[in-house]
Amino acid sequence: MQHGNLVHELLSGVAPEAVPEWATILVTAVIGVSVLVGLVSVLAMFSVWLERKVSGHIQCRYGPMYVGGWHGWAQSLADGVKLLMKEDMIPLGADRVLFVLAPALVLGSIFGAMAAMPLAPGFYFADINLGVFFILGMSALTTIGVIMSGWASNSKWSLYGAMREAAQVVAYEIPLGISLLAPLMVAGTFNLLEASEAQSGWFGMKWFVFQNPFLIPAAVLFFVAALAETKRAPFDLPEAESELVAGFMTEYSGIRWSFFFMEEYAAMFLMSIVGAVFFFGGFESPFTSLAEWAFVAESGADGVVTEAAGIFELPLLYHVTAGTVLAAKALFGVFLMMWVRWTLPRVRIDQVMTMGYKYLTPLALVVVLATGFWELILS
Amino acid sequence: MMIESQGKTTEPQAAGVVLSEKARTLPSGEREFMMDVRTADLEVNMGPQHPATHGVMRILIRTDGELITGAQPHLGYLHRCAEKIGENVEWLQYLPYTDRYDYLAAMNNNLGYSMAVEAMLGEEIPRRAQMLRTICAELNRIGSHLIAFGTYGLDLGAITPFLYAFREREWMMALFEKICGARLTYSYLRIGGVFNDTPPGWLGEVEHFCDVFEEKHKEYVDLLMMNHIFVKRTADIGVIPAEMALDFGLTGPMIRGSGIDFDLRRDTPYMLYGELADAGAFDVILGSGAKGALGDCWDRFYVRVMEMIESVKIIRWCLGSIEPGPVIAPLPKVLKVPAGEAYVGIENPRGELGHFVVSDGGKVARRVRVRGPSFCNLAVLEAIMPGTLLADAVAIVGSTDVVIGETDR
Repeated sequence: MQHGNLVHELLSGVAPEAVPEWATILVTAVIGVSVLVGLVSVLAMFSVWLERKVSGHIQCRYGPMYVGGWHGWAQSLADGVKLLMKEDMIPLGADRVLFVLAPALVLGSIFGAMAAMPLAPGFYFADINLGVFFILGMSALTTIGVIMSGWASNSKWSLYGAMREAAQVVAYEIPLGISLLAPLMVAGTFNLLEASEAQSGWFGMKWFVFQNPFLIPAAVLFFVAALAETKRAPFDLPEAESELVAGFMTEYSGIRWSFFFMEEYAAMFLMSIVGAVFFFGGFESPFTSLAEWAFVAESGADGVVTEAAGIFELPLLYHVTAGTVLAAKALFGVFLMMWVRWTLPRVRIDQVMTMGYKYLTPLALVVVLATGFWELILS
Repeated sequence: MMIESQGKTTEPQAAGVVLSEKARTLPSGEREFMMDVRTADLEVNMGPQHPATHGVMRILIRTDGELITGAQPHLGYLHRCAEKIGENVEWLQYLPYTDRYDYLAAMNNNLGYSMAVEAMLGEEIPRRAQMLRTICAELNRIGSHLIAFGTYGLDLGAITPFLYAFREREWMMALFEKICGARLTYSYLRIGGVFNDTPPGWLGEVEHFCDVFEEKHKEYVDLLMMNHIFVKRTADIGVIPAEMALDFGLTGPMIRGSGIDFDLRRDTPYMLYGELADAGAFDVILGSGAKGALGDCWDRFYVRVMEMIESVKIIRWCLGSIEPGPVIAPLPKVLKVPAGEAYVGIENPRGELGHFVVSDGGKVARRVRVRGPSFCNLAVLEAIMPGTLLADAVAIVGSTDVVIGETDR
């Protein structure tokens, strides 16, 4: 959490002189990590439940209905308990160290990436200058974990999954990064908070996609590449349950298996957040503007509210509204990904590569070029 | 540095890359390393427990990366001595065993066996029984093709069409449940006719099913068959040229997908099908190579999907001309079949289902031999799978629409 000073104030309120600097940092880190881990776990569980409900309703059924009462809301919780109690199995021929390390690396890197994710204008874990760069870098690290798991499992199906992941990641990381360059040029910053702030105005509708016509194809490219990045259908080739049994996860079971699952849903959410921030206004929406306006009217301040002002310097209403707006946008992105998954057949590995190399990458480059010219001419 | 490839070896156990280093000193004083990069094909068992083999079939696949260099189906995991049982139980008692070889088209299996026995008995089958038999056989064909449609989508990663297909199949099974009490293994078609007459209003329900099904069928076409990704995955994959189809003795949608106009219902008319064909009640659907080469996976899939509509047409024709009457020929409880032999091949959803039955005049058959369409169609896998990718293997196996219960019997 960024508010080390807050923790420091709290601690020094108890005993002003007895609080050394390192204690503040330590307590901040512990609080931040616990909040992050809790948040990601709850998010993943909610997404799993959502996926089951969405798929159910798409397929003329209800999905979970019993556990917990209302629409089976506790289904994921029950599944989590079940997975925890399962036998911890490592295949005999497996590389034990890598086998154990792989899910940890996968989950750890997505946790790391999530640290740069803003929750509300003044509420985030790390305000990193190169925020989106950090997120992409950390989430690309999950690939290493996936390849590790595929190799360590000592199973041919897992190996196929790992091979596919390795092939796919090269084809998709490039267009993913390039398609993000376009909004980055418009925003002029890598920082997610500043990017969101750059879209304030027009009563909360000054989103990047409305600012520059070339950002609409960029958003589509980003969505397609993000699907592949998060290993979601129709690009779920590393898993490909009808072809490779379960791909790189074939030999995993129990809680280790669920780590891969959690990573997938966390990555979906993270990519949706990045997309929401860099294409669809971030925190900005008419609701956010209303909340902001209410605050300005109340306080009589004439300046624009700065989003980096900190959580306790703005009314809670504004922060809650902004956070909810971003979460809603991200969840809509997650829903879109689910919708696509339950509608389309899977593409083949050579088609993925053809698409990535021959179409998406050049297209993304063209879009970046066009965006650049547009910005140059307008400014 | 030189890298010398020794080409591919065919040792099944060797996998990955083996490096052995040899170094020599060049005249310039530099060291040059020579490496033997030896690559080997990866042999992998697809099955017996694999999501895409539609049962317990094992395909031994040899792959070079994702590229398949060899494939060999191995059968026998579901062998239940069905033919031998036929020599040990009475004529009628064998009927439930026929349900179990192609469990997705039990009505058609009943029909094939009953007709083989009837051919020896020489008994006249009441017309209403023949109508009901045709309706049930075609309904079951729809149900079987629905599974083929759904599971093919599942093989290619589209999960939702499977559940849509099951929605209609469920209805079809409910109809069968009403008429005979069973949902999968019906034994409704008996030697000499059908087990009993329809419950009141059943024929009207079938008509309603046909109306709704024709609407839903459009959904299937739009959702899966014409889907761009689906077409890309199936067109030009697993092409069976017409000549190869004939060489392997393929039947059913497999051979029609290759453009060969062969349908036992019309070509060797049995029961009412001759009448139906004369009346133009149904067309034989042929693959046309609309999306790729003639005889590819898409063509076979197309044949199956469009055949469902032809079945609906047949059912409608039967519903329009069915009249009350007896539903089973009067036969003794303990059947004795005159000595002789008979072969009857009928058009099962998967192709020609032949029963060769030999009687020595007793209560028990001397020999029951079944020509299973899945079994015969499966042989072509070995010829068309090499050269495709691993993901295509799934598409090809799915397009043969095998039922393992019937290949192994």
